[in-house]
Formats: sequence, C-alpha cells, structure tokens
Amino acid sequence: MAKRKPKLAVWKFSSCDGCQLSLLDCEDELLAVAEAVEIANFPEASRAVVKGPYDLSLVEGSITTAHDAERIHGIRRASKFLVTIGACATAGGIQALRNFKDVKEFTSIVYARPDYIETLKKSTPITDHVFVDFELRGCPINKYQLVEVLSAYLNGRKPNTPPHAVCIECKQRGTVCVMVAGGTPCMGPVTQAGCGALCPAYARGCYGCFGPKETPNTPALSEWWSGLGVSERDLVRAYRSFNAYAEPFRRESESHEK
Amino acid sequence: MKSRTIKVDYLARVEGECALLVKMKGQQVTDVKLKVFEPPRFFEAFLRGRRFNEAPDITARICGICPVAYQMSACHAMEDAFGVKIPDPIRALRRLLYCGEWIESHALHVYLLHAPDFLGYEDAIRMAKDHPLEVQRGLRLKKAGNAIVNLLGGREIHPINVRVGGFYKIPKQAEFSALAEELKWARDAAIETVRWVATFPIPDFKRDYEFVALRHPDEYPFNEGRLVSSKGLDIPVREYEQHFVEEHVAHSNALQSVLKERDAYLVGPLARYSLNFDRLSPVAQEAARSAGLDSVCQNPFQSIIVRSVETVYACDEALRIIGDFKMPDKAWVDVEPRVSTGYGCTEAPRGIIYHRYRLDDRGVILDAKIVPPTSQNQKTIEGDLWQYVPANIEMQKDRLQWRCEAAVRNYDPCISCATHFLKLQIERE
Repeated sequence: MAKRKPKLAVWKFSSCDGCQLSLLDCEDELLAVAEAVEIANFPEASRAVVKGPYDLSLVEGSITTAHDAERIHGIRRASKFLVTIGACATAGGIQALRNFKDVKEFTSIVYARPDYIETLKKSTPITDHVFVDFELRGCPINKYQLVEVLSAYLNGRKPNTPPHAVCIECKQRGTVCVMVAGGTPCMGPVTQAGCGALCPAYARGCYGCFGPKETPNTPALSEWWSGLGVSERDLVRAYRSFNAYAEPFRRESESHEK
Repeated sequence: MKSRTIKVDYLARVEGECALLVKMKGQQVTDVKLKVFEPPRFFEAFLRGRRFNEAPDITARICGICPVAYQMSACHAMEDAFGVKIPDPIRALRRLLYCGEWIESHALHVYLLHAPDFLGYEDAIRMAKDHPLEVQRGLRLKKAGNAIVNLLGGREIHPINVRVGGFYKIPKQAEFSALAEELKWARDAAIETVRWVATFPIPDFKRDYEFVALRHPDEYPFNEGRLVSSKGLDIPVREYEQHFVEEHVAHSNALQSVLKERDAYLVGPLARYSLNFDRLSPVAQEAARSAGLDSVCQNPFQSIIVRSVETVYACDEALRIIGDFKMPDKAWVDVEPRVSTGYGCTEAPRGIIYHRYRLDDRGVILDAKIVPPTSQNQKTIEGDLWQYVPANIEMQKDRLQWRCEAAVRNYDPCISCATHFLKLQIERE
C-alpha cells in the first residue's frame, strides 16, 4: 500500500495574509512541497477542501472576535500539530495596539456604523486560547524558516530556528553595528533573529518585527536609546509596534508611559 | 415560483475572508451580497499618535500582498504634507519597486489564483499536473518581480527599505544590472502569458463602467498623476474626498466607496488600461493588440489579459529604469514636519489606494484616512453579479457558483485590505 501523504492545512484569523503568502512566495519549493504533502485546506490557494483531521495546521492571524475564539478550538481538535506563523498569531499583531486603548473608541473612528461591527476588546495570540506546538516568529515570517518548519514536522524533528538576538545575525553577516558605530537606535539586541538582520544591512535600526528574543534585557536597551536622545514617548512607540502585546515588549512600553 | 440560493461561505483564492450570497427567484436575481467577515483591525485608529515616519511600515501591514502600494501612498502623502520634492533618481527607483510588486502580484493572480477558474481546476497545484510548463513559468515570473522588491525593498513582504523622502540605502548599480537578464526573460514570459490567457474561454460580458485611475502626463501611472474617470472626472488627488464617499453596509466589515455625483465605479487594471492605453510602452500595446484587445476593455473576465499586458509593461519599464540607472546623491531627502494635511494616491496592482494624514508641528499623526482598492470595487463586483447571474440562470448550480466566484476573482480582491470585504452564497428560494 502506498504511504499516505501528510495533510497540511492553513488557517487564517485576523491578519494581512502576508505570512501564508510566504508559502506561495516559495517559488522554487512550492511544487515540491505540494508533492510531499496533501494541501487539504488552504483557501488562499485552492477551492478544494479536504476534511480533517490534519497532520499539520499552520495558523496565521490573531483572535479578535468571539466567533474566532470558538473556531480555533475546532482547528486544534482536528490537528495533530498546530504551528502559529507570524507576529499576529504569536503575539497578537499590530492590531493588538487596541489592547492599550478603548476598542469602542477605535470602532467609532474607523466605521460610520460601529453597531455593525463585532469585535473583542483585545487582540490575542493563539496560545492564549489553545495549546500551540510551535511558534514561528516574524512580521512577516521568513519563508526559508517556514520551509524548515514544514520539513521538520514532516520528518518528526524539532525545527531549527535559533532563539538568539538579531545582533548575532549582524555579526554573521559582517554588518557593522548601526547603534554602537552609527548612533542609530536599534532593537536588534532584544529582538529574535530569523530575518537575517535585514534592517541594519540597509543602514537602519531593527524595528523588532520578529518580537522579543529569549530573555531580552529591555531596560538596558532603553537606557542605551535614552543616551542616544530618544524620548520616553518614542521608546513607548518603539516597543509598541508589530509585537506590542508580547510580554517583554508590553512590560517595557508600560514602564515608559506616564 | 422556484427559488434558489447560491452560497459560498468562504471564497477561495482571494486574499482574506469573504463570502458571497446570491438569491434568485425564477429568472430573477433578488439579492447579491458580498460579505466581508475579515475582522476589523482599526489601522486608522491606531495611527493616531504615531509619528509620520512610522506610517510606511505600519500601513504596509494592512496587506501582505501589496505592502509596497501602502508604503508608497503613505510616503507621498507625508511628502505632500511637508512640501518635499523627490529628486528624479529616487522617483525612478520608486517606480522600479512598484514594477516589482506589479509583476509578482499580477503573476500570482494570473497563474495561481485566476487561471484555474478558466481551465477548470480547483487550484494551480492541480493545474500544474496538466500544465506544468505554464505553472513553472508563472512561478518564475513571480520570482523575477519579487527579486526587484527583494533587492530594493530588503524583502518581498513588508519591505524595510522604504522611508518618507526616499530609501534607507540604495543598492549598488551592479546589483540592479544583475536583475536585467532575468527581467528580459520575464518580459518574454509575460508576452507568452498574454498569448496563453487570450486562448482561455472568456465569457461574453460587458458593462458600461465608470473607470477611475491615475493619469500622468507622460507615464503609465504608478505613483503620481491626476485622478480621472471615463465619465469626466479630472481632479487632483487632494480633492478625492470631495468626490468619493465611503458607505458602511450592514453585511460587511468593509466600507463601500461610491462617487457622490454618480455611483459605483471600477479601479484596477481594467480602469488603468482603458484610461491610459496611450501611455503603455510599444511592446505592451503590441501584446494587447495581438491578444485582440481594443484600447478600452469593458469585459471584467478579460482582466486576466489586461493584467498580463500590465505585467509586460512592468517588466519593460523595469528594464528601462535599470538601463537608465543613476545613483542618487543621497538615498533620501530630509523632511521638516509642519502643521499640515497631506494627500497621497498611488496605483496598487488592484487599483488606487488613497491616504490622507493630518499632522501636528512635530509630525505626529492627528488623524488618518485610508481607502484601499477593494472597498472601492466592492459595489461594482456586486453589480457585475446582478447582471451576470440572470444571463446564466439556466446553468447548473455548481457550475454557476463557480462562475460567480470567478466573477469576483476578476477583481483580484484583497480582503485583508478591504477591512477597512466577503462570504459567496447563491440562494434560489
């Protein structure tokens, strides 16, 4: 009997679609991936839907509606492994900026008829709702890391995604430190690697789109930034972007808010 | 009388979450609703209190498919606010970046999202079993576009190298020149694409749309121009809100945009092409003519041909820009914040994106307005179905449903954007 292909599902919650697009952006690998797995549910790419259970579910987006808070449980039940992809699914995303404000006010700013809008007060990561097997970071994720995650789960091993800081990637790449040598504020020391230290390679400071690294020393970084003349308000803004609700960044931003 | 419903709960091969509902009674369509259930994300609200220089990176996150478009509209709006003129070499590189996004976005839509509808496949992966060479060509074409965005933007999705005033760093001339060889292949592949999609079975369907697009004195529009329409509109971008209004309908988390004086209108490839055919390069015009297109195209199912023609143009234009490359003296021009309101409108692959920001003296955003292409097309998409369904009412339900889905996909709707879009149900009572 031929071996059954593992079933892959891709699910979307509140997001920009960029992380699942990363899979379609694997121009050289896409057809090979499609050979190795059965793409059982991937609405952005296909009309066809194959019923669960699924061997691997990739979840993009954060939970922002009561309906979605229910839906994620069904997906967890139907999935052997559940991997979140991107800052929204892993930390609540840019839309978690509402968590620091009154969502009612937000609704009335954007929509003429706020009463038509159903939304939760907070945008929360998937792990706040169900058990997550692995979290892939980034806004957006790095497509090569995505291929690594797929390959790891298909072969029953742990994905190799280093948890160290962006700084290490600058050293590997041979980029001169933009902060120490150039005086440009950079979030690299507290931000998880994975992008390949892109921003410093383009002569700008890292803006933290991969979220906090393991054990980040955010107060030390803030002190550095203050020394470079960055105001308290700009410090709050820096920690409050695409991973604003990730615990270390949230805590640090709140400590600079008066 | 027999009533029927076509209902698609989660429309596939579009970016984001939407549904479609079509209700029919006998030969009549009684209701068409494109429902956007993509949850709202409140970009305009949380832009308040952010600094002007954060807008390009923040608004990019509205859409993973056309982040460059958001970055460009945001930059132009800020530069308008601060009265900054962008030097020609930087301006040319912005056009190059946009060429990259058009090529990758159009190739994605033509090959992976739309062609399967015409050839009767659930998706491009299944289509690849019978049409491997075409799908491989589409992927390589997409990659050629992404290579531009990758080099000049730093990465394909949410590029990091765009800033108000220009770029953070300009890659070396040799790095641009290295793209040329593949772009020459891509231009030929795009011409092949036009020939290929022109052989598809295209439904005979036409509507008298009001097309809206940018128009520039010399160029096919990306970043600049006046807003013009096929029914006489001709205004500067800053007058947008005097002529267009967004309505909020109960069945949608997206706002629907209409022209105050008239009603629904169409943005995107069909509009750009029909209003700017004379601005296409000779090779793109020739590709369009050889596919049997007139200089105006009113059949939305032919949008796949027009998108392919625009891909030819984008490859051609990218090659021109690379050939004429001039290194800017500096990667960006400095800007000085002031109390002001800035307006920006650029041509995303799916149509115009309008941004307006009001700023204080330190460049902090006081309020923001963003109108993405899909919310502008939403009412027109519903209008297409009102006309398309009765003409095909005898069609078997499964087939009709698929055709309705294809009619929505004509617009390459990007729903993640539109929330600020859609579920398909066809109901026959």
